[in-house]
Amino acid sequence: MTELSKFTELKVNGKTYKLQGSQARRLSAVLRDDLGLRGTKVGCDAGDCGACTVLLDGAPICSCLTSAAQVRGRDVTTVEGLSGNALSSLQNAFLRHGAAQCGICTPGMLMAAVGLLKVTPRPSRAQVENALGGVLCRCTGYKKIIDAVMDVDAGARPAMPVCGAAVGAALERLDGVAKVAGTEVFGADLVPDGCLSVRAVRAPYHAATFTFGDLTAWCRDNAVVSVLTAKDILGRNKYGVIPGFEDQPALAVERTLFKGEAVALVVGEPDIIEALDLAGFPVDWVEIAATLTQADARETADEPLHPTRKGNVLIAGKVLNGDAKGALQKAAHVARERVQTAYVEHAYIEPEAGVSWMDGDVLNIHACTQAPIMDRDTTAGILGLAQENVRILPAATGGGFGAKLDVSVQPLIGLAALVTGRPCRMVYSRTTSMQSTTKRHPGDMQASIGVDAAGFLQAMEFTGDFNTGAYSSWGPTVANRVPVHASGPYRMPHYFAQATALHTNGPSSGAFRGFGVPQAAILQEILFDDLAEMAGLDRLKFRRQNALQDGDHTVCGQQIFGVGIGECLDALAGPWQLAQVRVASFNAKSQTLKRGLGIASCWYGCGNTALPNPSTIRLGITAAGVLKLHQGATDIGQGANTVITQICADALGVAIADFTLVSSDTFLTPDCGKTSASRQTFVTGKAAEMAGLALRKMILAMVNAGESAAISLQDGKLRVNDGVTAREIALETLEQNGFGYVLMAEETYDPPTKSLDENGQGIPYAVYGYGAQMAEVEVDLALGTTRVVKITAAHDLGRVINPLLAEGQIEGGIAQGLGMALMEEYIPGRTDNLHDYLIPTIGDMPEIETILIEVPDPEGPMGAKGLGEHVLIPTAPAILNAIRDASGARVTRLPALPHRVLAAIKEARK
Amino acid sequence: MSQYFQPENLPAALAWLAAQSGQVAAGCTDLLAAETRQNLAGAILDITGIGVLSGISSSPKGWRIGAATPWNVVRDAELPAVFDGLKQAASEIGSVQIQNAGTIGGNLCNASPAADGMPALLTLDTVVELASADGLRLVPLSEFITGPRQTVLRPDELMTALVIPSQAGHGAFIKLGARKYMVISIAMAAARVVLTNGRVEEAAIAIGACGPVAKRLARLEAALIGQQMDRALSLVVPSMILPEISPIADIRADQSYREQAAIEVVRRSLAMALEAAV
Repeated sequence: MTELSKFTELKVNGKTYKLQGSQARRLSAVLRDDLGLRGTKVGCDAGDCGACTVLLDGAPICSCLTSAAQVRGRDVTTVEGLSGNALSSLQNAFLRHGAAQCGICTPGMLMAAVGLLKVTPRPSRAQVENALGGVLCRCTGYKKIIDAVMDVDAGARPAMPVCGAAVGAALERLDGVAKVAGTEVFGADLVPDGCLSVRAVRAPYHAATFTFGDLTAWCRDNAVVSVLTAKDILGRNKYGVIPGFEDQPALAVERTLFKGEAVALVVGEPDIIEALDLAGFPVDWVEIAATLTQADARETADEPLHPTRKGNVLIAGKVLNGDAKGALQKAAHVARERVQTAYVEHAYIEPEAGVSWMDGDVLNIHACTQAPIMDRDTTAGILGLAQENVRILPAATGGGFGAKLDVSVQPLIGLAALVTGRPCRMVYSRTTSMQSTTKRHPGDMQASIGVDAAGFLQAMEFTGDFNTGAYSSWGPTVANRVPVHASGPYRMPHYFAQATALHTNGPSSGAFRGFGVPQAAILQEILFDDLAEMAGLDRLKFRRQNALQDGDHTVCGQQIFGVGIGECLDALAGPWQLAQVRVASFNAKSQTLKRGLGIASCWYGCGNTALPNPSTIRLGITAAGVLKLHQGATDIGQGANTVITQICADALGVAIADFTLVSSDTFLTPDCGKTSASRQTFVTGKAAEMAGLALRKMILAMVNAGESAAISLQDGKLRVNDGVTAREIALETLEQNGFGYVLMAEETYDPPTKSLDENGQGIPYAVYGYGAQMAEVEVDLALGTTRVVKITAAHDLGRVINPLLAEGQIEGGIAQGLGMALMEEYIPGRTDNLHDYLIPTIGDMPEIETILIEVPDPEGPMGAKGLGEHVLIPTAPAILNAIRDASGARVTRLPALPHRVLAAIKEARK
Repeated sequence: MSQYFQPENLPAALAWLAAQSGQVAAGCTDLLAAETRQNLAGAILDITGIGVLSGISSSPKGWRIGAATPWNVVRDAELPAVFDGLKQAASEIGSVQIQNAGTIGGNLCNASPAADGMPALLTLDTVVELASADGLRLVPLSEFITGPRQTVLRPDELMTALVIPSQAGHGAFIKLGARKYMVISIAMAAARVVLTNGRVEEAAIAIGACGPVAKRLARLEAALIGQQMDRALSLVVPSMILPEISPIADIRADQSYREQAAIEVVRRSLAMALEAAV
């Protein structure tokens, strides 16, 4: 009855393929699994993210929502069909504008844009937004994507900067071509022959105990190769990211502490594993009472989740300086508030994925990650392997933002490969990704801040309970970072701050861009608006007069230099005044829609808090004259591959085009630590600068050339020219070292810090970055909806290594801050998909004006400071302050959903 | 192994439905979105190959929209101003990708309380045509959906078309959500009005996502008849609307907010329709 003959052919990119599997199969799965066209990405299998967008007869559709049968007789175009021998003009425009960061949404964005450009070759911004509204991007903030689509005709990409001009150049990312061509290999994109699939059986309740039935029989009945449980783990089935806090099992034993916790793995042939109904897996669950909030954790303090953690307290961090209580009593004005923030999901478009295989006695793992060395050590520990028997080959990572610092698939596929001896692959569904990986800590915070009659800060008291979820993850880091930063970049003579991480049966809270500081900044900046009003000062002026300056001491007693917050605020002074005029004139003519302005600042220490976190860079020249940079910092889209190379190129004095990049691989690159804490440009950048300088010194010494001599590497020849004589170094005559280099430098940099005492006094960070943002919003007084009209962002980078990438970081951080302010709330068990959990779409983004400030840091490479996390800290408080300015609504529970804003408007009118 | 049938004509489809139970699939934007595996499970009747089920046609009596017509066709069609609300709804469904695949009949058969197509179609007095091997029947849209995910469609029936009587007036639609694209409505409203000499001659107002099923606001409609424009808007008050709706609290909004928002979106959709009608 089915006319099978008609159905068996697919036409993709002009080529005809025979369809092997079911006609009811998702087109995305057919393209990727059957045809090997893995340029099309899958982010949700529900039409919520648009990463899988392809063209069907020229019109964009979600290939995950299209059955194979529905494309018969029609033309399918995928990203692989966009470029022949050369990239298309649109792909070039994406590179030129920095429209691809991690690259996971790029194929979908490109296809949606192609669909538009076919019909509308020169689209308006609104047309671009409409056309791309169905593709989510979590990295870029969409601005550069819009710019690229509107600038598709501009032609060739600019040439690489010449020798000595790399730092400061708006260089397109060095690893960008694969991202726009769709050839980048992400966690789910490497599928070795004979690969088995792995799925996990996961807890259906927030808290439960469980027992297994007859696993052997189930395994046999279902033709599964292997079922693995905690009993199969030969190492230590407890891991954690912070030494001393290891508490999380790779596979749970007898009880589960959060919904989605893995208890068993099923491993087998891909078609069998995919078709399995895991509801029939022989496990009996007994649901037990769960705690989900900080209040729950306090109430059940007598029976803590982890018996050794009294009162459900994982850890409490504290900073004490002066006499805050006494100073608040003497203050002319004191403002107090309580703010509650939600679980926030990282919502990278790439769900966790990876593949493992044995190579002799070495376990290889190719998976998405932000921290290859930690992955290696954690996986080796769980599996009982020596560290040198685990090789981490990081996949291209489709967004991380902190959650890919923790292992996800790594120990699971590692175990599966060890046991079966075959390559094993695991790809999380969107739901699994959201349920089982870390979140931003919900904060329940209270603070009091006092000023004198002239509006100068006197004292601050801050206490916060942070929901750290089931396991420790990065809870200790949040508890330590929050008290250090809760003052904001301001002079605070008397200070007490305490942050407590409390265990609940929620998902583990971990690292998320800012480690708790964004939550604390919301409370502090809301109070600053109160205090400015009490003191009768303009809100910007109030912040400026209290801003930290060079030589000031922080709340930790650290004397700091290279402080750029004043310059950032000064840069906003002009835009602030203009915006006030603009807002007043709008409001004079509008009744229901009212506009308002808000401002907020940030500071953020780069690198680990008072703990070592070295990076090592190796730079070598082969006998054949190839210059290789071993750069182990994982580039998750932020641009480390490019920025580190720029720094190294100028330090060595060689053109960037002469570099060959060896990216993160634990067998090939020295440890550059983790991509977190806004540390790569600073710490790895500094190591790259040192290695570049060391190699330069070595080369110059070989020919007795002066410091100003020029080094060049062309056609395999290393030449030094001091302006008088040009000499060639005969590389082939030099001895090759164990790494295969005839000339090599390897340098390690570890930021100088001093551990914090019991009052949090010390030197937590060697370098800080600063910023301030101004938000202009429009609030609908009748519906409580908020539209962010414009964000003006001034950030002090110390030295701008790459303005194009820096802008991309700022715009992307603003998008995440906007989401946190207005729409993002992860409710365990309820919003584990991307249609109930909302992140900003292209149509939610405001105009963004970026102002890059350079106040050189005395410690950072060439004066540079970190930027990655700083950028989202001021956004949410600036938006909330602007909502209040526009409508009177004082929103103290995030996100500021329309119903909360409307309720707050009514409250303000009482 | 799933059984997947993709006929090219209606009788074959109806015969299949008469012979077995199975899932009717059109744009698949709801079906595959709800599927956790990589393919649709069970017996599937894919109706997208049946030409007569897609497209918009008109006759003196009115309009006929094939049930498997994708939303982009509705969005881009040249239609009279009375359809403006429906076209606006079409442009706000999901994303361009969803509009290019999802169908107008699927939106109705899926019977979500937040189905974006419902309010405008209710204001157009839409009747749905249901076919089975036994023949055709026509059911007013207001009676077609009986509850969340519940309709009067029998297992052997297929929705074949939406039948919309010829009518005058101007339509408008407002969708309220927490972000711009790809958002499930918190509340939405559609309005259709006919103005004669500055007075409301006909009014159809419908509200969605504020109860188990989208519905017309009969009391308000009756009160609007004969009113002048500015007076008409002043009739949009809580007592006209709240008794008609039963909003829930969920992750998107609380109940009290939905009540206030319902009144506001009704007022705004009416204002838009009136403005267009002047």
